[in-house]
Amino acid sequence: MVTDTIAGPTGTAPARTASRRSRTPTESFTGRRTGPWMTAPFMVLYLLFLIGPLIYGIVMSFFNSSIVHSGLGRFAGVSNYREALTDSAFWQSMWHTVLFTIFTTPPLVILAFVLALLTERIRHGRWFYRFAFFAPYVVPSAAVVLIWLWIYTPAVGLATKWLSAFGITAPNWLGSADWGMISVSLLTIWWTIGFNFILYLAALQEIPREIYDAASVDGASGFATMWRITLPLVGRTTALVIALQIIASLKVFDQIYLLLSGGPNLSTRPALEYVYDVGFTDYRAGYAAAASMIYFLAILLASIVWLIFSRVRVKEEAA
Amino acid sequence: MSAVTLDRAQPAGGVSSRRVGASSRTRFFNALCGTVVVLFALIWLVPLAWALVTSLRPEGEITTNPTSWWTSHWTLSGYRQVIDSSDLLVWYMNSFITSAVSAALSVLTCSMAGFALARTRFKGRRFMLGLLLAGLVIPPQVLIIPMFQEFTALHLTNTYWSLILPTAPNVVAVFVFMTFFRGIPTSLGDAARVDGAGWFRLYRTVYMPLSRPAISAVAILTFVWTWNNFLWPLLVLSSTKTMTIPVGLASVASGYGAHYAEVMASAVLGALPLFAVFVLFQRQIIEGVTSTGLKG
Repeated sequence: MVTDTIAGPTGTAPARTASRRSRTPTESFTGRRTGPWMTAPFMVLYLLFLIGPLIYGIVMSFFNSSIVHSGLGRFAGVSNYREALTDSAFWQSMWHTVLFTIFTTPPLVILAFVLALLTERIRHGRWFYRFAFFAPYVVPSAAVVLIWLWIYTPAVGLATKWLSAFGITAPNWLGSADWGMISVSLLTIWWTIGFNFILYLAALQEIPREIYDAASVDGASGFATMWRITLPLVGRTTALVIALQIIASLKVFDQIYLLLSGGPNLSTRPALEYVYDVGFTDYRAGYAAAASMIYFLAILLASIVWLIFSRVRVKEEAA
Repeated sequence: MSAVTLDRAQPAGGVSSRRVGASSRTRFFNALCGTVVVLFALIWLVPLAWALVTSLRPEGEITTNPTSWWTSHWTLSGYRQVIDSSDLLVWYMNSFITSAVSAALSVLTCSMAGFALARTRFKGRRFMLGLLLAGLVIPPQVLIIPMFQEFTALHLTNTYWSLILPTAPNVVAVFVFMTFFRGIPTSLGDAARVDGAGWFRLYRTVYMPLSRPAISAVAILTFVWTWNNFLWPLLVLSSTKTMTIPVGLASVASGYGAHYAEVMASAVLGALPLFAVFVLFQRQIIEGVTSTGLKG
């Protein structure tokens, strides 16, 4: 370290070492003793409440643990994994999670972008649109679901009334498998779009005006400007928004549990609720841990695939 | 998976000079865009507005005319019913205490760790960074089973600690602070170090006072997530006296049946505190989200 030679051996600067007392010269320049102490509070909590539970969960998934007894229980080998992988209910719940992700990600990305694009063109009162689109995001899931249960109520709910005003017979919002997933997706789009919206709005506001001016001088049409300038310039934001959205959608639990209880007939039950059910209703903690690990690997795989995909795209753009 | 770019410059407002010399066609197009976005904004406000209106109408009128937007007998009886019949005020207090303590704990531990990782060099620092990066991809939701066993073994279920402790290991917040501290010129700290200040004092008197944006982003966002957390509190809170707003609301919702004014009053009351937080700190929340990409 270069700094060591500047500080010199302890003996050469008696006045300064006196004021520093116990710290060695290297310590005051690198903090090699204080550094670990400053990270300690975080690292202890991190190991206790994230890494620890992960390791314990992996261990537990090989045992017949129960949620109502302490300890691991009997060793089960890979039987928990074998059972989960062959359980059609587990795969159905995984599929519902994927389906929910497919239903929510495109609208939450595309609509957020379009709304941000439109809002960005508005000169006055932009705060109003930011408020309208972002406000639902801070409402707790339980309150959101209470409101939407009322909207989806058969015969008297707002969704039914409004559709019948246009002469459309309202579907059975929460009573059928197909519509259940659509209803919860609509709720989710309303609830969470604000997050993606403000990410896009910030990205759009960063595009220098001069680029647009230059394009219009060159006679570029609105469509060409949008396709060739705006979209590529918000590309990084799009990558971020899609990645965050897919991961958030794969972790769905609250709204499906509260709005539909995973029903009708478990037809919308997401993977996380499957884990919840086998763990806390059937008390099979070891098996639930194994199911969570498979679910975790699936999320991890999605993140890795996305990471590789976006790396490749960045390289192509650079080439 | 989050981008940490806290140093992002503030966007300049206004696009006014962009469409100079707009032809009538582009003017028409602009008007069309304006109309569409106004329509969407109104649609977005309908559920909240309708919940508010319904909560203020008399129960009898809702039964006869459920979707009306008007009444000549505005009343707060729905709210009175909810507050009298449930432990809502206790849930408010529980939510507030746990969210505030979580926010404070996150800011304190994450900023100290971020400072040490950004400014000091110690053995195992690289390993620690790797360990934290790995933590970024672990969704806490997949750990509910072992976490529940852990908290049961520690006899911490139905306590504030069961809600506070799991929110502390927020890796993204550490990276937010680390990035922010790296952006502060070392020369500022050097002056203090010449005066013999230790690392703790450097952190407390130089770095933290300069980090208001990072502190408020982490504090407010942690507060909002802890408040809105549902799955984990649902698992560890079984007594109504320890419940938070989301779990409490879910537990009483079925009891109201078709009393829509009460249901909507409870939804409005559940949404109200964070709404106030949002209105008060709108700028910080939006800056926090856009500069950190933090998502709950």
